[in-house]
Amino acid sequence: MARMNAVIEPAEKQNPVIEVTGLVTHYGATKILDGIELSVPPGEILVIMGGSGSGKSTLLRHLLGLKKPSAGHIRLLGRDIASLDQKQLYHLRRQIGVAFQGGALFGSLTVAENVELPLREHTDLDDGTIRIMARMKLEMMNLAGFDGLMPSELSGGMLKRAGLARALIMDPKILFFDEPSAGLDPVVAVELDELILKLRDVMGMTIVVVTHELESAFKIADRITVLEEGRLAITGTVDEVQATDNQRVQDLFNRRPRNEAVNPDEYLQRLTGYRPDA
Amino acid sequence: MIVTLVNRLGDSSLHFLEQAGRFTLFLFKVLSTALRPPLRWRPVLRQIHFIGARSTSVIVVAGFFTGMVLALQFYDTLMRFGSVSLLGSAVALAMIRELAPVLTALVVIGRAGSAICSEIGIMRSEEQIDALECMAIDPVRYLLVPKFLATLVSVPLLTSLFIMVGIVGGWFVGVMMFDVSEAAFFQGMYETVVTHDVVMGFTKSLIFALLIVWITSAKGFYLHLERFGAYGAEGVSRVTTDAVVAASITVLGVDYLVSAIML
Repeated sequence: MARMNAVIEPAEKQNPVIEVTGLVTHYGATKILDGIELSVPPGEILVIMGGSGSGKSTLLRHLLGLKKPSAGHIRLLGRDIASLDQKQLYHLRRQIGVAFQGGALFGSLTVAENVELPLREHTDLDDGTIRIMARMKLEMMNLAGFDGLMPSELSGGMLKRAGLARALIMDPKILFFDEPSAGLDPVVAVELDELILKLRDVMGMTIVVVTHELESAFKIADRITVLEEGRLAITGTVDEVQATDNQRVQDLFNRRPRNEAVNPDEYLQRLTGYRPDA
Repeated sequence: MIVTLVNRLGDSSLHFLEQAGRFTLFLFKVLSTALRPPLRWRPVLRQIHFIGARSTSVIVVAGFFTGMVLALQFYDTLMRFGSVSLLGSAVALAMIRELAPVLTALVVIGRAGSAICSEIGIMRSEEQIDALECMAIDPVRYLLVPKFLATLVSVPLLTSLFIMVGIVGGWFVGVMMFDVSEAAFFQGMYETVVTHDVVMGFTKSLIFALLIVWITSAKGFYLHLERFGAYGAEGVSRVTTDAVVAASITVLGVDYLVSAIML
């Protein structure tokens, strides 16, 4: 670590690897994200949290360049991704890894073939080297010996870990991880959290995690961003966000249901479509 | 009431135009990618095995029975005019120009087209296509180009097989069952069938192949943009059914157009 600290500057002094400014996006006429501002320095773990429908998955799709914003800019490793053509975007994407919620492995390929795919597509390495590299990543995910199995033969947690192995095969500078702990048993979830911390500490990787698992978020996050109905509710360190007086954020962190006052007329109209004043 | 109807009509028309535009751009993208190197033959051969080789048994059975029933019907009709010697010509022309291309297309739509649509649709709904994008692997080149090339190679070959087996089916009924002269059966065929007929059948099979793979793969690829949403197993099965129906109707409609132009 001492050697790494000597090489890597303090995070706040370096250019951010991810920078989002004034991001607005719509789905049809509905505004999904509104005025999102984010900046992630190298080597940081940023956790994006929020309730269902808060826009966190949409934000992730924007960060990956899978969706174009209505307004605003997203800079990844210094490049504005909306202004890149397909070739430039693909070149940039070789430096990022994405682990999808369900693994997103290809059903027609074995686990090893799935993990090897990016190396086969983007490098001229020989078969033997590729196979060894894939086994190393699978070993890292405690999946040694499962390389010849088809994805349909794996459990949910194993699929997720195999997906992570594939995301890491190109040694990316940025790792995006969608819901790492969802649906996992507590032991595997903790193992995965430890692994995420190790990737940051040992490899200096910048990691963006989208989750709604509080325990996991508080354990791994350097900073947490909370989204509320498409807007940024708060961004800060774990202590800062836990101390916020934002009621919605406190409800989320303390698992409190929203007890908003309901107008009886509106409630009746929602249930029956009947308008008392009509 | 009228306003609602006009609204719905306008909504459907806009949706149709939007989808037509999206599908046209999709076709151009796939074809332009296919024409740019590098082309990997291994995935294409794998798809030819799935779309072509594994359809041969169905094509043989369908072709044989079609040839038999065609000979039966023509025999009955030609008997009334005393022209049974034309049986071979009638069977061959109907097979080459019309039945083989259309029926082969319908068999391929049912067997491979539905599989293409559902496979791509499931990949879309399970984020596998997004995963390809994020790995900087072009889904068009990796997924779609092999399916397009394989269908364009397989369907004309399957059509040729259908024609050959159909003629054998016709020969079996005409010559073996109804004692039509074997020489007359084949001589008539030899004298009547001209290059133009073969070109017409081949052109149709190529056009149908393109329509099949275009419609079925585009429906699966744009599953997430379906007007009423498409999610999970229900969404994939609904879109697959739509794709099969759309591809079948388009093939039948285009068959008439091509016949009208080439006859």
